[in-house]
Amino acid sequence: MPSILFTLDDLRRILLEAAGAEESVDLEGDILNTTFAVLGYESLALLETGGRIEREYGIVLDDDDLSDEITPGDLIDAVNTQLSATEAQAA
Amino acid sequence: MTAPVVVTGMGVAAPNGLGTADYWAATRGGKSGIGRITRFDPTGYPARLAGEIPGFDAQEHLPSRLLPQTDRVTRLALVAADWALADAGVDPSQGDPLDMGVVTASAAGGFEFGEGELRRLWSKGSQFVSAYQSFAWFYAVNTGQISIRNGMKGPSGVVVSDQAGGLDALAQARRQIRKGTSLVVSGAVDASICSWGWVAQLAGDRLSSSDEPTRAYLPFDREATGQVPGEGGAILILESAEGARARGAEVYGEIAGYGATIDPAPGSGRPPGLAKAVATALGDAGVDAADIDVVFADGAGIPELDRVEAEAITELFGPRGVPVTVPKSMTGRLYSGAAPLDVACALLAMRDGVIPPTVHTDPCPDYDLDLVLHQARPTQARTALVLARGYGGFNSAVVLRAA
Repeated sequence: MPSILFTLDDLRRILLEAAGAEESVDLEGDILNTTFAVLGYESLALLETGGRIEREYGIVLDDDDLSDEITPGDLIDAVNTQLSATEAQAA
Repeated sequence: MTAPVVVTGMGVAAPNGLGTADYWAATRGGKSGIGRITRFDPTGYPARLAGEIPGFDAQEHLPSRLLPQTDRVTRLALVAADWALADAGVDPSQGDPLDMGVVTASAAGGFEFGEGELRRLWSKGSQFVSAYQSFAWFYAVNTGQISIRNGMKGPSGVVVSDQAGGLDALAQARRQIRKGTSLVVSGAVDASICSWGWVAQLAGDRLSSSDEPTRAYLPFDREATGQVPGEGGAILILESAEGARARGAEVYGEIAGYGATIDPAPGSGRPPGLAKAVATALGDAGVDAADIDVVFADGAGIPELDRVEAEAITELFGPRGVPVTVPKSMTGRLYSGAAPLDVACALLAMRDGVIPPTVHTDPCPDYDLDLVLHQARPTQARTALVLARGYGGFNSAVVLRAA
């Protein structure tokens, strides 16, 4: 596990800054296993979200980490994997 | 096909009034919205006045999903489109997506958004540039976002011909309706009062350097020294007259005629093209000059351009032959948004029997125009002419017939 953990609350905050939220979707609800497409985020919204995560956490995500077919849970795992890798490299 | 095309809804965002009711009350009352720029610090720029829309809070009107991806100009256009559709009594979710289109005009696109992203690019690096910059700056962005928000997938596009574009877009919308599309959202909104947009406008060398809001933009005045830009415009709902009648829609009036020309190259010795654009629009509408009850002039506020327009009007209508007004003297020039706003204004003027005034102007006696000055004038007008000219020689004219 990386020492800085990327959490669902971190993702919620960045999603709202990057792309807002659909009025019919409760971001505060249980969204971990719902795809981004169902949550109302298209590829450009995820590109912007991914860019903000990369800038804030100093990591680089793969294009595959940002498809609208994945879920917030998938993206959180991908970010934490990159954070661990980056820390291991730095150590 | 020349089936009549009518206006059934309007949404207005103007410096002297946000929403049709506020704009119209201000405009018939001669209330100006021109003042010192507040959206950025204009100190040190050669022009410092503009018509800014006060009190527009996009969050009150639009979902959070749209805010990170839109410039101010698109937020204004989306809200104006919402108002126009509501005014027309149209719920787009009930329509066939392929039977509804969007044709707007644009002169600038999302400049303020683009300015912010350029600043991030050069101060922080490319990874800090918003993914939404890919379209938020673009000329077609208002058309695209109105189309997406309202599920309109019919014939759509954007017209870019500077300040004449607003009329050219209405003409294109009319063509699409005559080809069979039931409803087209048209008109235009421009808004680029930011330091980058300002520098682009300054390059045209037409802006007034006056600091006096009542002396800066004076169409047809001997003292005219230039233009004051503004932000805003109008979105209009166009439908076939037959379709509007069938659904029992209230109609403001008909887009009865249209003409457009390009001026000859400077120094060619050939005459300017404005009079021909008007003659074409009159012919298209099947009316004579004597049928025109009021002219909403372009009103450049630059002596050589004012002279061309005054001479064209006098040539066609005779000396002081028709009431002429420039309500944009109260808003500044809204680029592509100016002409659709004038169309909305002319339709309201005919509905309510009152011609709004041209403010601040002391008319140059060389121009033989019957300018409506200082205060509104009662009218029985049933047919109006709207003129618009764009930088680079664009001339457009539209004839409107009251409902």
